[in-house]
Amino acid sequence: MAHVTILADSSVNLGNPILPEWPELIIGVIAFAIVFYFLYTKLLPNIRKTLDERTEAIEGGLQQAEAAQAEAAQVKADAQAQLAELRHSTADIRAKAQADGAALVEAARTEANAQKEAIIASAHTQLEADRNSAVNVLKADLGKLATELADKIVGERAQDAALQERIVDRFLDELDAKLGASQKVG
Amino acid sequence: MSTIASTVLLASSDCSATNSHAGTNCGFEAPSVTDFNLKAIFHIGSIGFYKPELLALISAGLVVWFFWAAFSKPKLVPRGIQNLGEMGYLFIRDQIARPMIGKTGDRFVPFLLGLFFFIWVMNLMEIIPVAQVPVTAFIAFPASLMLMVYITYWYQAIKNQGFFGFLKNVVPTGVPWPVLIILVPVEWLRVLVIQPFTLMVRLFANMFAGHLLLATFTIATWYLASATFSLIFAAGSAVMVVVLTAFEMLIQALQAYIFTMLTAQYVGEGVQAAH
Repeated sequence: MAHVTILADSSVNLGNPILPEWPELIIGVIAFAIVFYFLYTKLLPNIRKTLDERTEAIEGGLQQAEAAQAEAAQVKADAQAQLAELRHSTADIRAKAQADGAALVEAARTEANAQKEAIIASAHTQLEADRNSAVNVLKADLGKLATELADKIVGERAQDAALQERIVDRFLDELDAKLGASQKVG
Repeated sequence: MSTIASTVLLASSDCSATNSHAGTNCGFEAPSVTDFNLKAIFHIGSIGFYKPELLALISAGLVVWFFWAAFSKPKLVPRGIQNLGEMGYLFIRDQIARPMIGKTGDRFVPFLLGLFFFIWVMNLMEIIPVAQVPVTAFIAFPASLMLMVYITYWYQAIKNQGFFGFLKNVVPTGVPWPVLIILVPVEWLRVLVIQPFTLMVRLFANMFAGHLLLATFTIATWYLASATFSLIFAAGSAVMVVVLTAFEMLIQALQAYIFTMLTAQYVGEGVQAAH
Protein backbone atom coordinates (compact mmCIF):
# COMPACT_ATOMS: atom_id res chain seq x y z
CA MET A 1 0.00 0.00 0.00
CA ALA A 2 2.69 2.41 1.07
CA HIS A 3 4.55 1.61 -2.12
CA VAL A 4 1.64 2.50 -4.27
CA THR A 5 1.13 5.89 -2.66
CA ILE A 6 4.83 6.66 -2.63
CA LEU A 7 5.16 5.90 -6.33
CA ALA A 8 2.21 8.07 -7.05
CA ASP A 9 3.48 11.06 -5.06
CA SER A 10 6.20 12.95 -6.91
CA SER A 11 7.13 15.03 -3.85
CA VAL A 12 8.45 12.01 -1.95
CA ASN A 13 12.18 11.50 -1.96
CA LEU A 14 12.82 8.14 -3.59
CA GLY A 15 16.55 8.07 -3.04
CA ASN A 16 18.51 4.98 -2.27
CA PRO A 17 19.43 5.15 1.44
CA ILE A 18 23.09 4.44 0.76
CA LEU A 19 23.49 7.12 -1.89
CA PRO A 20 23.91 10.70 -0.66
CA GLU A 21 21.51 13.33 -1.96
CA TRP A 22 23.24 16.43 -3.29
CA PRO A 23 21.06 18.98 -1.48
CA GLU A 24 21.51 17.16 1.80
CA LEU A 25 25.25 17.00 1.25
CA ILE A 26 25.39 20.75 0.67
CA ILE A 27 23.19 21.53 3.66
CA GLY A 28 25.32 19.23 5.81
CA VAL A 29 28.43 21.18 4.83
CA ILE A 30 26.69 24.52 5.41
CA ALA A 31 25.35 23.46 8.83
CA PHE A 32 28.77 22.32 9.97
CA ALA A 33 30.35 25.45 8.54
CA ILE A 34 28.01 27.56 10.69
CA VAL A 35 29.00 25.63 13.81
CA PHE A 36 32.69 25.80 12.93
CA TYR A 37 32.56 29.50 12.09
CA PHE A 38 31.21 30.53 15.50
CA LEU A 39 33.48 28.19 17.43
CA TYR A 40 36.60 29.13 15.49
CA THR A 41 36.21 32.89 15.22
CA LYS A 42 34.76 33.85 18.56
CA LEU A 43 33.71 31.29 21.10
CA LEU A 44 36.77 29.09 21.48
CA PRO A 45 39.30 31.96 21.43
CA ASN A 46 37.13 33.47 24.18
CA ILE A 47 37.26 30.46 26.40
CA ARG A 48 40.94 29.79 25.69
CA LYS A 49 41.73 33.33 26.80
CA THR A 50 39.60 32.91 29.91
CA LEU A 51 41.27 29.63 30.81
CA ASP A 52 44.72 31.22 30.39
CA GLU A 53 43.64 34.16 32.53
CA ARG A 54 42.32 31.79 35.14
CA THR A 55 45.63 29.92 35.23
CA GLU A 56 47.44 33.24 35.61
CA ALA A 57 45.04 34.36 38.30
CA ILE A 58 45.56 31.16 40.24
CA GLU A 59 49.34 31.38 39.91
CA GLY A 60 49.27 35.08 40.81
CA GLY A 61 47.02 34.31 43.77
CA LEU A 62 49.45 31.68 45.00
CA GLN A 63 52.37 34.08 44.71
CA GLN A 64 50.42 36.78 46.50
CA ALA A 65 49.55 34.34 49.25
CA GLU A 66 53.21 33.41 49.62
CA ALA A 67 54.23 37.08 49.80
CA ALA A 68 51.51 37.78 52.34
CA GLN A 69 52.66 34.83 54.41
CA ALA A 70 56.26 36.03 54.38
CA GLU A 71 55.13 39.52 55.34
CA ALA A 72 53.02 38.16 58.16
CA ALA A 73 55.98 36.15 59.46
CA GLN A 74 58.15 39.28 59.31
CA VAL A 75 55.55 41.33 61.19
CA LYS A 76 55.23 38.62 63.80
CA ALA A 77 58.99 38.48 64.35
CA ASP A 78 59.11 42.29 64.66
CA ALA A 79 56.27 42.29 67.15
CA GLN A 80 57.94 39.60 69.21
CA ALA A 81 61.22 41.52 69.27
CA GLN A 82 59.39 44.67 70.31
CA LEU A 83 57.54 42.76 72.99
CA ALA A 84 60.77 41.35 74.40
CA GLU A 85 62.31 44.82 74.44
CA LEU A 86 59.26 46.24 76.16
CA ARG A 87 59.33 43.48 78.75
CA HIS A 88 62.95 44.27 79.42
CA SER A 89 62.37 48.00 79.84
CA THR A 90 59.29 47.38 81.96
CA ALA A 91 61.35 45.33 84.37
CA ASP A 92 63.92 48.14 84.52
CA ILE A 93 61.26 50.74 85.20
CA ARG A 94 59.68 48.60 87.89
CA ALA A 95 63.02 48.05 89.64
CA LYS A 96 63.81 51.76 89.49
CA ALA A 97 60.37 52.65 90.82
CA GLN A 98 60.81 50.20 93.69
CA ALA A 99 64.19 51.71 94.54
CA ASP A 100 62.81 55.26 94.31
CA GLY A 101 59.86 54.34 96.50
CA ALA A 102 62.11 52.80 99.14
CA ALA A 103 64.35 55.89 99.12
CA LEU A 104 61.34 58.18 99.47
CA VAL A 105 59.95 56.15 102.35
CA GLU A 106 63.36 56.20 104.03
CA ALA A 107 63.72 59.96 103.61
CA ALA A 108 60.23 60.58 104.96
CA ARG A 109 60.91 58.36 107.91
CA THR A 110 64.20 60.14 108.70
CA GLU A 111 62.56 63.56 108.50
CA ALA A 112 59.65 62.43 110.66
CA ASN A 113 62.07 61.15 113.25
CA ALA A 114 64.02 64.40 113.20
CA GLN A 115 60.81 66.41 113.59
CA LYS A 116 59.70 64.12 116.40
CA GLU A 117 63.03 64.64 118.21
CA ALA A 118 62.82 68.37 117.71
CA ILE A 119 59.25 68.53 119.01
CA ILE A 120 60.19 66.41 122.04
CA ALA A 121 63.26 68.53 122.72
CA SER A 122 61.34 71.81 122.50
CA ALA A 123 58.64 70.38 124.76
CA HIS A 124 61.28 69.37 127.30
CA THR A 125 62.83 72.83 127.20
CA GLN A 126 59.46 74.52 127.60
CA LEU A 127 58.57 72.18 130.44
CA GLU A 128 61.86 72.91 132.14
CA ALA A 129 61.41 76.67 131.78
CA ASP A 130 57.85 76.50 133.06
CA ARG A 131 58.93 74.42 135.96
CA ASN A 132 61.80 76.76 136.76
CA SER A 133 59.62 79.85 136.69
CA ALA A 134 57.01 78.09 138.80
CA VAL A 135 59.70 77.05 141.27
CA ASN A 136 61.05 80.61 141.39
CA VAL A 137 57.59 82.08 141.99
CA LEU A 138 56.87 79.47 144.60
CA LYS A 139 60.28 80.04 146.19
CA ALA A 140 59.59 83.76 146.50
CA ASP A 141 56.05 83.22 147.76
CA LEU A 142 57.15 80.50 150.14
CA GLY A 143 60.06 82.65 151.46
CA LYS A 144 57.66 85.52 152.11
CA LEU A 145 55.14 83.26 153.78
CA ALA A 146 57.83 81.56 155.83
CA THR A 147 59.28 84.91 156.87
CA GLU A 148 55.90 86.18 157.90
CA LEU A 149 55.30 82.98 159.71
CA ALA A 150 58.68 83.16 161.40
CA ASP A 151 58.02 86.83 162.33
CA LYS A 152 54.84 85.89 163.89
CA ILE A 153 56.27 82.90 165.70
CA VAL A 154 59.59 84.39 166.79
CA GLY A 155 58.34 87.93 167.10
CA GLU A 156 61.51 89.28 166.00
CA ARG A 157 61.71 91.10 162.81
CA ALA A 158 64.46 89.95 160.72
CA GLN A 159 65.69 93.22 159.48
CA ASP A 160 68.84 92.10 158.04
CA ALA A 161 68.23 91.15 154.40
CA ALA A 162 71.34 89.01 154.29
CA LEU A 163 70.28 87.05 157.26
CA GLN A 164 66.81 86.73 155.93
CA GLU A 165 68.14 85.35 152.68
CA ARG A 166 70.32 82.86 154.46
CA ILE A 167 67.46 81.64 156.58
CA VAL A 168 65.19 81.24 153.53
CA ASP A 169 67.86 79.40 151.60
CA ARG A 170 68.53 77.04 154.50
CA PHE A 171 64.86 76.39 154.78
CA LEU A 172 64.46 75.77 151.11
CA ASP A 173 67.38 73.40 151.09
CA GLU A 174 65.80 71.44 153.85
CA LEU A 175 62.50 71.55 151.99
CA ASP A 176 64.22 70.38 148.83
CA ALA A 177 65.79 67.56 150.71
CA LYS A 178 62.47 66.55 152.11
CA LEU A 179 60.72 66.85 148.73
CA GLY A 180 63.51 64.92 147.07
CA ALA A 181 63.11 62.14 149.62
CA SER A 182 59.36 62.03 149.23
CA GLN A 183 59.68 62.07 145.40
CA LYS A 184 62.06 59.11 145.52
CA VAL A 185 59.70 57.26 147.78
CA GLY A 186 56.71 58.32 145.67
CA MET B 1 7.40 -6.29 1.17
CA SER B 2 6.17 -9.73 0.16
CA THR B 3 3.52 -10.34 -2.43
CA ILE B 4 1.19 -11.86 0.16
CA ALA B 5 1.47 -8.88 2.42
CA SER B 6 0.87 -6.57 -0.51
CA THR B 7 -2.22 -8.54 -1.48
CA VAL B 8 -3.54 -8.33 2.07
CA LEU B 9 -2.82 -4.65 2.21
CA LEU B 10 -4.41 -4.03 -1.16
CA ALA B 11 -7.50 -5.92 -0.03
CA SER B 12 -8.22 -3.40 2.66
CA SER B 13 -7.65 0.09 1.40
CA ASP B 14 -7.72 1.86 4.80
CA CYS B 15 -4.82 -0.11 6.29
CA SER B 16 -1.87 1.96 7.53
CA ALA B 17 0.57 1.88 10.40
CA THR B 18 -1.78 4.03 12.45
CA ASN B 19 -4.89 1.86 12.25
CA SER B 20 -3.61 -1.67 11.81
CA HIS B 21 -3.92 -3.94 14.79
CA ALA B 22 -3.51 -7.64 15.40
CA GLY B 23 -6.80 -9.43 14.68
CA THR B 24 -7.95 -6.99 12.03
CA ASN B 25 -7.64 -7.53 8.32
CA CYS B 26 -4.52 -5.42 8.23
CA GLY B 27 -1.20 -7.19 8.50
CA PHE B 28 1.82 -5.96 10.51
CA GLU B 29 3.69 -3.46 8.41
CA ALA B 30 7.30 -3.64 9.56
CA PRO B 31 9.45 -0.54 9.11
CA SER B 32 11.79 -0.71 6.16
CA VAL B 33 14.24 1.43 4.24
CA THR B 34 11.28 3.12 2.61
CA ASP B 35 10.62 4.79 5.96
CA PHE B 36 13.52 7.04 5.12
CA ASN B 37 11.74 8.26 2.00
CA LEU B 38 9.98 11.31 3.33
CA LYS B 39 7.64 13.88 1.89
CA ALA B 40 9.22 17.20 1.16
CA ILE B 41 8.34 20.08 3.44
CA PHE B 42 8.49 22.49 0.50
CA HIS B 43 10.07 22.78 -2.93
CA ILE B 44 12.43 25.28 -4.44
CA GLY B 45 12.04 24.61 -8.14
CA SER B 46 12.50 20.89 -8.50
CA ILE B 47 14.59 20.53 -5.36
CA GLY B 48 12.70 19.48 -2.25
CA PHE B 49 13.47 20.52 1.29
CA TYR B 50 13.26 17.55 3.62
CA LYS B 51 12.98 16.95 7.36
CA PRO B 52 16.61 15.81 7.89
CA GLU B 53 17.84 19.01 6.27
CA LEU B 54 15.68 21.06 8.62
CA LEU B 55 16.89 19.00 11.58
CA ALA B 56 20.53 19.43 10.51
CA LEU B 57 20.11 23.20 10.51
CA ILE B 58 18.32 23.06 13.87
CA SER B 59 21.15 20.90 15.26
CA ALA B 60 23.73 23.40 14.07
CA GLY B 61 21.67 26.15 15.66
CA LEU B 62 21.46 24.27 18.95
CA VAL B 63 25.21 23.69 19.07
CA VAL B 64 25.92 27.35 18.30
CA TRP B 65 23.29 28.45 20.85
CA PHE B 66 24.80 26.24 23.55
CA PHE B 67 28.36 27.41 23.04
CA TRP B 68 27.22 30.98 22.61
CA ALA B 69 25.48 30.81 25.98
CA ALA B 70 28.53 29.16 27.52
CA PHE B 71 31.42 31.09 25.97
CA SER B 72 30.21 34.44 24.61
CA LYS B 73 30.93 36.23 27.88
CA PRO B 74 33.20 33.85 29.77
CA LYS B 75 33.82 34.54 33.46
CA LEU B 76 37.03 33.85 35.31
CA VAL B 77 34.98 31.98 37.89
CA PRO B 78 32.65 29.84 35.77
CA ARG B 79 28.95 29.59 36.51
CA GLY B 80 26.23 27.26 35.22
CA ILE B 81 26.33 26.60 31.50
CA GLN B 82 29.92 27.81 31.21
CA ASN B 83 30.97 24.90 33.40
CA LEU B 84 29.30 22.47 31.01
CA GLY B 85 30.87 24.12 27.99
CA GLU B 86 34.29 24.03 29.60
CA MET B 87 33.85 20.35 30.38
CA GLY B 88 33.14 19.73 26.69
CA TYR B 89 36.04 21.90 25.58
CA LEU B 90 38.53 20.32 27.97
CA PHE B 91 37.29 16.83 27.11
CA ILE B 92 37.95 17.39 23.40
CA ARG B 93 41.25 19.15 24.03
CA ASP B 94 42.73 16.86 26.68
CA GLN B 95 41.19 13.50 25.79
CA ILE B 96 41.14 13.70 22.00
CA ALA B 97 43.14 16.53 20.39
CA ARG B 98 46.32 16.44 22.47
CA PRO B 99 46.76 12.66 22.79
CA MET B 100 45.90 11.95 19.12
CA ILE B 101 47.56 14.89 17.36
CA GLY B 102 50.23 15.99 19.80
CA LYS B 103 51.71 19.42 20.31
CA THR B 104 49.80 21.05 17.47
CA GLY B 105 46.56 19.42 18.62
CA ASP B 106 45.16 22.64 20.10
CA ARG B 107 44.83 24.10 16.57
CA PHE B 108 42.27 21.44 15.68
CA VAL B 109 40.12 21.76 18.79
CA PRO B 110 37.47 23.98 17.11
CA PHE B 111 37.12 21.47 14.28
CA LEU B 112 36.93 18.45 16.59
CA LEU B 113 34.65 20.17 19.10
CA GLY B 114 32.31 21.23 16.31
CA LEU B 115 32.29 17.72 14.85
CA PHE B 116 31.60 16.03 18.18
CA PHE B 117 28.75 18.23 19.31
CA PHE B 118 27.19 18.61 15.84
CA ILE B 119 27.15 14.84 15.34
CA TRP B 120 25.91 14.21 18.85
CA VAL B 121 23.00 16.61 18.51
CA MET B 122 22.11 15.21 15.07
CA ASN B 123 22.13 11.73 16.61
CA LEU B 124 20.04 12.91 19.56
CA MET B 125 17.29 13.85 17.11
CA GLU B 126 16.57 10.11 17.04
CA ILE B 127 14.89 10.23 20.46
CA ILE B 128 13.66 13.81 20.58
CA PRO B 129 9.86 13.80 20.17
CA VAL B 130 8.55 15.17 16.85
CA ALA B 131 12.06 15.04 15.32
CA GLN B 132 12.37 11.32 16.02
CA VAL B 133 14.83 10.49 13.31
CA PRO B 134 18.62 10.74 13.53
CA VAL B 135 19.90 13.16 10.91
CA THR B 136 23.00 11.01 10.52
CA ALA B 137 20.81 8.09 9.32
CA PHE B 138 20.67 9.97 6.02
CA ILE B 139 24.00 9.12 4.46
CA ALA B 140 24.53 12.54 2.91
CA PHE B 141 25.21 14.06 6.35
CA PRO B 142 27.91 11.61 7.44
CA ALA B 143 29.24 11.95 3.88
CA SER B 144 29.47 15.73 4.12
CA LEU B 145 31.32 15.49 7.42
CA MET B 146 33.58 12.77 6.05
CA LEU B 147 34.46 14.99 3.07
CA MET B 148 35.56 17.79 5.38
CA VAL B 149 37.61 15.39 7.46
CA TYR B 150 39.14 13.90 4.31
CA ILE B 151 40.09 17.30 2.96
CA THR B 152 41.50 18.35 6.34
CA TYR B 153 43.73 15.36 6.83
CA TRP B 154 44.97 15.24 3.26
CA TYR B 155 45.67 18.97 3.40
CA GLN B 156 47.69 18.46 6.58
CA ALA B 157 49.46 15.43 5.10
CA ILE B 158 50.48 17.23 1.90
CA LYS B 159 51.48 20.40 3.78
CA ASN B 160 53.61 18.59 6.34
CA GLN B 161 54.92 15.56 4.47
CA GLY B 162 54.16 16.08 0.78
CA PHE B 163 51.81 13.85 -1.19
CA PHE B 164 54.41 11.17 -1.93
CA GLY B 165 56.09 11.66 1.40
CA PHE B 166 52.81 10.86 3.11
CA LEU B 167 52.25 7.80 0.93
CA LYS B 168 55.77 6.70 1.80
CA ASN B 169 55.33 7.40 5.51
CA VAL B 170 52.10 5.45 5.89
CA VAL B 171 53.91 2.25 4.94
CA PRO B 172 55.54 0.68 7.99
CA THR B 173 59.32 0.42 7.85
CA GLY B 174 61.40 -2.62 8.68
CA VAL B 175 59.15 -4.99 6.78
CA PRO B 176 60.67 -7.70 4.49
CA TRP B 177 60.25 -6.67 0.84
CA PRO B 178 57.93 -9.52 -0.24
CA VAL B 179 55.43 -8.38 2.37
CA LEU B 180 55.52 -4.87 0.93
CA ILE B 181 53.90 -6.21 -2.23
CA ILE B 182 50.72 -6.69 -0.24
CA LEU B 183 51.26 -4.03 2.40
CA VAL B 184 51.81 -1.02 0.12
CA PRO B 185 48.51 -1.31 -1.77
CA VAL B 186 46.66 -2.04 1.46
CA GLU B 187 48.08 0.98 3.26
CA TRP B 188 47.49 3.27 0.28
CA LEU B 189 43.98 1.96 -0.08
CA ARG B 190 43.50 2.60 3.64
CA VAL B 191 44.39 6.28 3.60
CA LEU B 192 42.79 6.97 0.24
CA VAL B 193 39.52 5.03 0.43
CA ILE B 194 38.93 2.76 3.40
CA GLN B 195 39.45 5.27 6.21
CA PRO B 196 37.02 7.89 4.90
CA PHE B 197 34.53 5.31 3.72
CA THR B 198 34.37 3.43 7.02
CA LEU B 199 34.25 6.69 8.93
CA MET B 200 31.12 7.65 7.03
CA VAL B 201 29.44 4.24 6.94
CA ARG B 202 30.02 3.44 10.62
CA LEU B 203 28.11 6.50 11.74
CA PHE B 204 25.41 6.16 9.10
CA ALA B 205 24.78 2.45 9.63
CA ASN B 206 24.64 2.67 13.40
CA MET B 207 22.08 5.43 13.42
CA PHE B 208 20.11 3.93 10.52
CA ALA B 209 19.86 0.58 12.29
CA GLY B 210 19.08 2.23 15.61
CA HIS B 211 16.19 4.13 14.10
CA LEU B 212 14.75 0.98 12.49
CA LEU B 213 15.09 -0.87 15.78
CA LEU B 214 13.19 1.79 17.71
CA ALA B 215 10.60 2.09 14.93
CA THR B 216 10.05 -1.68 14.84
CA PHE B 217 9.30 -1.95 18.55
CA THR B 218 7.23 1.23 18.60
CA ILE B 219 5.06 0.08 15.70
CA ALA B 220 4.82 -3.42 17.17
CA THR B 221 3.59 -1.96 20.45
CA TRP B 222 0.87 -0.13 18.63
CA TYR B 223 0.03 -3.12 16.41
CA LEU B 224 -0.27 -5.53 19.35
CA ALA B 225 -2.20 -3.11 21.57
CA SER B 226 -5.69 -4.56 21.15
CA ALA B 227 -8.18 -6.03 23.58
CA THR B 228 -6.85 -9.55 23.21
CA PHE B 229 -4.16 -11.72 24.67
CA SER B 230 -1.62 -9.92 22.46
CA LEU B 231 -1.77 -6.99 24.89
CA ILE B 232 0.89 -8.72 26.96
CA PHE B 233 3.23 -8.70 23.94
CA ALA B 234 2.41 -5.03 23.42
CA ALA B 235 3.56 -4.36 26.99
CA GLY B 236 6.78 -6.31 26.41
CA SER B 237 7.35 -4.38 23.22
CA ALA B 238 6.78 -1.08 25.02
CA VAL B 239 9.39 -2.01 27.62
CA MET B 240 11.79 -2.77 24.77
CA VAL B 241 11.18 0.71 23.36
CA VAL B 242 12.24 2.27 26.66
CA VAL B 243 15.27 0.02 27.04
CA LEU B 244 16.37 0.59 23.45
CA THR B 245 15.91 4.34 23.81
CA ALA B 246 18.37 4.29 26.70
CA PHE B 247 20.67 2.07 24.65
CA GLU B 248 20.43 4.41 21.68
CA MET B 249 21.38 7.37 23.89
CA LEU B 250 24.61 5.55 24.63
CA ILE B 251 25.16 4.74 20.96
CA GLN B 252 24.53 8.34 19.94
CA ALA B 253 27.24 9.70 22.21
CA LEU B 254 29.55 6.80 21.44
CA GLN B 255 29.29 7.22 17.67
CA ALA B 256 29.93 10.95 17.94
CA TYR B 257 32.97 10.18 20.10
CA ILE B 258 34.29 7.49 17.74
CA PHE B 259 33.90 9.76 14.71
CA THR B 260 35.74 12.59 16.45
CA MET B 261 38.42 10.30 17.84
CA LEU B 262 39.16 8.75 14.44
CA THR B 263 39.17 12.17 12.80
CA ALA B 264 41.79 13.28 15.30
CA GLN B 265 43.80 10.16 14.58
CA TYR B 266 43.70 10.72 10.81
CA VAL B 267 44.59 14.38 11.18
CA GLY B 268 47.38 13.41 13.56
CA GLU B 269 48.72 11.01 10.97
CA GLY B 270 48.68 13.79 8.44
CA VAL B 271 50.46 16.26 10.73
CA GLN B 272 53.29 13.91 11.58
CA ALA B 273 54.48 10.59 10.28
CA ALA B 274 53.09 8.17 12.84
CA HIS B 275 54.97 4.98 12.07
